Amino acid sequence: MELAKKMKETKLTQELPISKQESKLYMSYISVAFIALLIGGLMGLLQVFVRSGKFTLPFGIDYYQVLTVHGVILGLVLTTYFIIGFHFSLMGKTVGISLKQRRVAWVAFWIMVMGTIMTATTILLGEASVLYTFYAPLRAHPAFYIGLALVIIGSWIAGFVNWSQLAVWKKAHRGEKSPLLAFMVTINTLLWFIASLGVAVAVLVQFIPWSLGYAETINVLLSRTLFWYFGHPLVYFWLLPAYMAWYAIIPKIIGGKIFSDSLARLSFVLFLFFSIPVGFHHQLTEPGIDSTWKFIQVVLTFMVIIPSLMTAFSLFATFETTGRRKGGKGLFGWFKKLPWKDVRFLAPFIGMLAFIPGGAGGIINASHQMNAVVHNTIWVTGHFHLTVATTVMLTFFGISYWLIPHLRGRKLTPKLNRLGIIQAIIWTVGMAIMSGAMHIEGLLGGPRRSSFSEYGGGEQVHAWIGYQMAQAIGGTILFIGIILMVFIFIKLTFFAPKGEEDFPIASEEEDAEPTPPWFENWKLWIGITVVLILAAYSVPVMDIIQHSPVGSAPFDWPIGR
Amino acid sequence: MHLHKYEKIWLTFGIGALVIFLIVLGYGAFYKGTHPQSHGVTIDQNNIESNEAFKPENLGLTKVDDDKYIINIAASAFNYDLGKDEEGNVVKHIRIPKGSKVLFQATSKDVIHGFNVAGTNVNMMVEPGYISSLEVAMNKPGTYTIVCNEYCGVGHHLMYATLEVYE
Amino acid sequence: MSNDEKKKANHNEEKSDLKGTFVSVMILGVFLVISWIGAFTLFLSR
Ligand code: HEM
Ligand SMILES: [Cu+2]
Ligand SMILES: [Cu+2]
Repeated sequence: MELAKKMKETKLTQELPISKQESKLYMSYISVAFIALLIGGLMGLLQVFVRSGKFTLPFGIDYYQVLTVHGVILGLVLTTYFIIGFHFSLMGKTVGISLKQRRVAWVAFWIMVMGTIMTATTILLGEASVLYTFYAPLRAHPAFYIGLALVIIGSWIAGFVNWSQLAVWKKAHRGEKSPLLAFMVTINTLLWFIASLGVAVAVLVQFIPWSLGYAETINVLLSRTLFWYFGHPLVYFWLLPAYMAWYAIIPKIIGGKIFSDSLARLSFVLFLFFSIPVGFHHQLTEPGIDSTWKFIQVVLTFMVIIPSLMTAFSLFATFETTGRRKGGKGLFGWFKKLPWKDVRFLAPFIGMLAFIPGGAGGIINASHQMNAVVHNTIWVTGHFHLTVATTVMLTFFGISYWLIPHLRGRKLTPKLNRLGIIQAIIWTVGMAIMSGAMHIEGLLGGPRRSSFSEYGGGEQVHAWIGYQMAQAIGGTILFIGIILMVFIFIKLTFFAPKGEEDFPIASEEEDAEPTPPWFENWKLWIGITVVLILAAYSVPVMDIIQHSPVGSAPFDWPIGR
Repeated sequence: MHLHKYEKIWLTFGIGALVIFLIVLGYGAFYKGTHPQSHGVTIDQNNIESNEAFKPENLGLTKVDDDKYIINIAASAFNYDLGKDEEGNVVKHIRIPKGSKVLFQATSKDVIHGFNVAGTNVNMMVEPGYISSLEVAMNKPGTYTIVCNEYCGVGHHLMYATLEVYE
Repeated sequence: MSNDEKKKANHNEEKSDLKGTFVSVMILGVFLVISWIGAFTLFLSR
């Protein structure tokens, strides 16, 4: 009781100023993300052009080389850099960063940049057209894998800095609950660390020795299983920063309060538990994994839907409560009271809406035998261009509109705000066309990760090509959106008028229910996470190793090496 | 921690729907045998002929009974080997009568491939060292494109065949 | 929960009218169910 009272007293988040040196660190991470957006977007444009059948790549460039750049640079580089920059900004604002921590954070940055350059070079030289999933036994140049390992290691160091930031703060604030955003960042970095251990093991133990020729063969199924142990939590690592903004920042932007601090924390803890032991839902049509274990992981996958259901309620409730306070009447009158003309709200809000079809598609994908309807069809690509390329990206754009001017000592002008709104609309239209066409083509059986092909001809293929034309139109509109966004980024970074832009962090209601202190029991959260992982993975992985076929020798020629 | 009463109803509805989905899927999978393919049957990818099904003469279509067929597929970059016809030509097109039960068995000689009879539930990963197999009834007449839907290299989009189900 | 807190919780409940929220999430839920059934039907028909 005593503790609870004390925790309540500090619930009004204190906010720390961000120094110039800190800003530089955070902006460095974020800038890499926007450079990645431009390059990756250009690749996306080339892809939709090629797939329309009306265009061939010049200079003998291979489609799959372009697709590898697109997947790696948007799926892995853009996301990771933006998220780490955002994490650091949130931690700096809520719990602070010491000089030493900042130095280590720079080390993390440069390790990641070195890794990124190594990987990018191999891809550009055509030595690594293995796509961002780098499935064995296709073999890329060893530098591709070493570069990836460096990116992961760098990201871990960044996460360790975040943990030490919270630890330092807690020492100075004994018995207080950690700031909500710092709590969320800690969950997400934990999730990332535990998940990327899998891909790190695959890369360090399997791929690097094998690509260098020290190991003659590789266990293909094991490498895929380790990859997808990482691959699903990866998508939650992308999504949770968006949820941070939705739970704890958007309420401030719309002039409201956090709906419930405890429920927000609870949903994050549930994400930590259930986003990892579920990787088999990407491997449902594999020949070498026992069906019962697949089904067990399907059940666990369905558990991870629950925190998203909670989030949906919390968000609507925040909107309704705020809208009603502003005088909204009737069942939906509050809806009109939301700040539709504020891009910091509008862009993430469209992102939320996109998550409705995105989530519906995700449930379908994960539905065990039903996966056969969509597996590896272009439907899947349509699905994650809704979730990551719309929900997550539009929220990241929404964050950028205030974070970048805040860090750069500038202001988001009404003109840039209007440009941002246009950007969000362009993105929405382009994506609706491209992703919609991908969903339909996928249901008709059109494959993903495929250059233009007429196959054996016939009605089916004819229909696919029609939808690929639509994707080219949608993709072109999207690319215009990317150009506009990069333009806004440059404006906000270098040219917007000097001033002070707010770093919006919402507080709880005056009379909010206190958050139970057991949320700070990190050992318990990690313990449960590990137990769930062991329960879902130890038996099937042992089975995979014991009943494995002979290993696979590397293949270079299929990727043109 | 306090839940608003509407949130309780919402979560009950949502979780209830998920539970029902899982029951339907579980019933189909465990009682009707509609699990996605996984048999864990291994094979030496460097010598697939050691397995009866993948001897050159057994590739492609084999009639085992009235309305019962087996199709054996040896996948390699960037080709599906469906055997040869009587004249010794490479088979790229398979015809089966409507209503047949077909057992598809596929394996890879090199890298990972996909095997999708587009527009049907025959959608399997094909991996070196394993035999992928699935039995289905082909009830809808038409010509289906068989596509490799897992990236296998520069010629991935050129890896296909066709399957005709005739009345 | 002490009596005091209980009163407060109830008080909060009255203050926040969340009918619109409830209707919104239920629409969302129905959308999820319908799309799942659609895909399931497609699966069965194939
Ligand atoms: C101009 C905007 C974009 C266009 C036109 C575009 C287009 C495409 C297309 C056509 C594909 C599928 C290619 C194939 O399967 O053969 C694809 C794949 C992909 N896209 Fe995008 N995209 C865009 C933006 C993004 C963004 C913003 C992200 C992520 C943040 C993203 C992430 C991915 C990923 C991860 C893949 C999968 C690559 C693979 O299968 O290996 N895309 N994109
Ligand atoms: Cu997943
Ligand atoms: Cu292929």
